[in-house]
Amino acid sequence: MKLVTAVIKPHKWEDVREALETFGVTGMTVSEVSGYGRQKGHTEVYRGAEYDIALVPKIRIEIVVDDADADDVLGIVVKTAQTGRIGDGKVWVSPVDTVVRVRTGEQDDAAI
Amino acid sequence: MDGYYAFMLVATLLVLMMTTPALALFYGGMSRSKSVLNMMMMSFVSMAVVGIVYVLWGWSMGWSGDGTFFADPFELFALKGVATSDYIYVMFQMTFAVITAALISGAIADRVKFSAWLVFLPIWSTLVYFPLAHMVFSCTDAALICSQIGAQDYAGGTAVHINAGMAGLVLAIVVGKRVNWPKDKMRPHNLTLTMLGAALLWVGWYGFNVGSIVFGATFEEDPNAFLEQFYSETGRTFANTTLATMAAILGWLLIERMLHGKATSLGAASGIVAGLVAITPAAGAVDISGALAIGAIAAAACAFAVNLKFKLGFDDSFDVVGVHLVGGIIGTVLIGLFSTSDGAGGVDGLFYGGGLGSLGDQTLGVLMAIAYSGVLTLVIALAIKYTLGWRISEDDEIGGIDLSEHGENAYDLHTGVGGGVKSGVLAGAIGGPKEGIKA
Repeated sequence: MKLVTAVIKPHKWEDVREALETFGVTGMTVSEVSGYGRQKGHTEVYRGAEYDIALVPKIRIEIVVDDADADDVLGIVVKTAQTGRIGDGKVWVSPVDTVVRVRTGEQDDAAI
Repeated sequence: MDGYYAFMLVATLLVLMMTTPALALFYGGMSRSKSVLNMMMMSFVSMAVVGIVYVLWGWSMGWSGDGTFFADPFELFALKGVATSDYIYVMFQMTFAVITAALISGAIADRVKFSAWLVFLPIWSTLVYFPLAHMVFSCTDAALICSQIGAQDYAGGTAVHINAGMAGLVLAIVVGKRVNWPKDKMRPHNLTLTMLGAALLWVGWYGFNVGSIVFGATFEEDPNAFLEQFYSETGRTFANTTLATMAAILGWLLIERMLHGKATSLGAASGIVAGLVAITPAAGAVDISGALAIGAIAAAACAFAVNLKFKLGFDDSFDVVGVHLVGGIIGTVLIGLFSTSDGAGGVDGLFYGGGLGSLGDQTLGVLMAIAYSGVLTLVIALAIKYTLGWRISEDDEIGGIDLSEHGENAYDLHTGVGGGVKSGVLAGAIGGPKEGIKA
């Protein structure tokens, strides 16, 4: 099993979710996060005082998938979240040892 | 006169609205989310405390008789002997006392013990506002600014705005900076509240300025003269208040666009208040072109002045100095240039062929208000500093004054344990899979 973690632009989240559902992904964990990459933040001015806003809002999606689906899911996220402009985010895949469905106690593949 | 009485009821209600909710919203939006409730509470309790002491002895200090600085505080104590048909004038003047004290709170946001503010309010009103209101508004023979100096101040450029601005400056210095200021400049947390507050202030200000009409003759003495003055002067003050504020919005936006590249919503809200402050003393004295000039000049000057605190190092949190002190000085002094003898004061300023006399009177009135408010506020501020103490602890300030002083938080955006999905882009998606951000 693999954990696919994607950090994307907030306005692309709905497109990514629809594409993943169409592919057959049944669930995911989504959170609002902040951060910055090479693009850094931006400047805001209030009554003449400049504020460096270092952090940019992003959406983080976490999905646990079968090994066989990992590359497809990765590809779907990259394809749908891509705008080609700076700040599109990152996706990474990491190995998962064990998964348990809390309700039933089912393990691993059965729990995905 | 029935019409005038009904007009005063409405004007008084409008000025009441300026403190709560208008000023509370205006300042509350500029505060940080962890201190918005305390900021709003400072206005709310100003209403309660100053309102009561005004009725007990404030009206008497202002209006019971003659005096250079104030009249007898006990003669009309608790309105003893005041006819109930005159109560509405007491209430109208009371609302001025309330908002003047509340204005100061913007200079000392996020860091002052609620108890210290509650003690400051009645003492400052008694020793500083009530005397200045007498000197400016009562206009008895000995009243210092109105009669002895002869400065024009229609609705309180000196007694209200220079006074509150000066008190704000003194308190900001005596109370001291917020933790981490100015390294952390502390960005406003909700500018929609501030925009709403500024707009409500603007509407309420018509009560403030237009309601400040003082008649040369009563209706009983001379009905025609009374009505003629009522109709023409309220029209003038209403139009001047409107046009000056409009010019001030544009003035502020233009300056900040030139200085910082963007025209901001906070700039528009600030321009509204700066324009209203500046036209307050001049509302009856000037014509339309004078009002436009005063609004534009005041807004441009205030847009520069709000940066002084960073250069000089005093934490006047929401620019009570930059807007009220500077705007009040400009509006009051410019009467000396733009006053017209057609206006309420019957005096021509420099630009209307009246020479330098009016400019001199106005400047002297301004200096008197600055000196009186500055010295007396300093004494009160230091007395509180070395007895009660002004500041909450550093830990409490960092944790948020709403929690430490009031045991509350303004917002509950994060339901559950550190969830956070109730806010921001995901908020629309919480209802179900089909209700995404596109819906």
